[in-house]
Amino acid sequence: MAEISNERPDNQLLLWEVFVQEGTGEAHGHAGNVHASDAEMALQSARDVYARRGDVTSIWVVPSAAITATTPDDVAPFFGPAADKIYRHPQFYKIPRDVKFQ
Amino acid sequence: MTEAQEISLAPETKQHLFQLALQLGDDLLILGHRLSEWCGHGPYLEEDIALGNIALDCLGEAQNFLALAGELEGRGRTADTLAYFRNEYEFQNCHLVEQPNGDFAMTMARQLFYDLYLSLFLESLQRCSFSPLAGIAEKTLKETRYHLRHAKEWALRLGDGTAESQLRFQAAVDHLWIYTAELSEGSQAHRFLGEQGLVSTPQLIAERWQQLMTEILTEAQLRVPVSTNMIRGGREGKHSEQLGHLLAELQIVARSYPGATW
Repeated sequence: MAEISNERPDNQLLLWEVFVQEGTGEAHGHAGNVHASDAEMALQSARDVYARRGDVTSIWVVPSAAITATTPDDVAPFFGPAADKIYRHPQFYKIPRDVKFQ
Repeated sequence: MTEAQEISLAPETKQHLFQLALQLGDDLLILGHRLSEWCGHGPYLEEDIALGNIALDCLGEAQNFLALAGELEGRGRTADTLAYFRNEYEFQNCHLVEQPNGDFAMTMARQLFYDLYLSLFLESLQRCSFSPLAGIAEKTLKETRYHLRHAKEWALRLGDGTAESQLRFQAAVDHLWIYTAELSEGSQAHRFLGEQGLVSTPQLIAERWQQLMTEILTEAQLRVPVSTNMIRGGREGKHSEQLGHLLAELQIVARSYPGATW
């Protein structure tokens, strides 16, 4: 008997992450994602979905598959140690009286 | 429009400028309405939003051209009165834009044909010495170039895509080809203003259109059709049966409740 698959094929093309820059010199921030067959179509969709309103100066699209991310299991080893070593945080240190800052 | 510009226009020129603004306004109003019919029916979310955006751009551009047409006519008609209170035979849009959406390939082929024509026409119109029209042309051209890019990218992907997508896009190109002569020949108003040197002549635009369209279709692995039974008459108010149905939907609210606001 043939195996019945519960997986639904994704017929919505490839997934792309969209990064939008709002103003020259600003960092590109993650805006969301779009489905598209290739980079050019992803750029166009990103423009229509995320950049039609507001002052956008540049868009990046990146294949979602190209992103390597941490998993929930990584949280403790990756981010845990910082909490108990408070001297690693700049706030730990008192600023000497003679140091001026703005 | 400044008073000085109004005075300097010969009555005949003014009449033809009115016709030209009306024709572009009608093209964009009808095309925008057609595209709005896709709302909620796009092949996937992103394309649904893209089609909605293009539809809104077209309607905004139509409003600018029709408002100018109303001013040139000088009989107190606004963009709204021109859009909602004229009958089929008073519309001067080309046949191409009133053709039904069909499948996605049909919509994109229609868009490709029209946007290439419009962008070439606007490139010349933005240098027109009648500045109110040049201003609207310049603004419209920016948006049209984006619409053209969108349609062209789809043509390349569908034409040079799967066996079915190629079949469908070729069928759309073949079906709509008969409506392209009307664009290239230009209206009487366009020919008049071309002779006056206010805009490029229809012939110049037609040659460029043919050349660029051949390049695009060839790149998309599609055949350039050869048709002899070309359809004309839209600019003189002769339309296909499609326009009446479209106008019924477009105009019913404004005609049922004249002056209603919300």
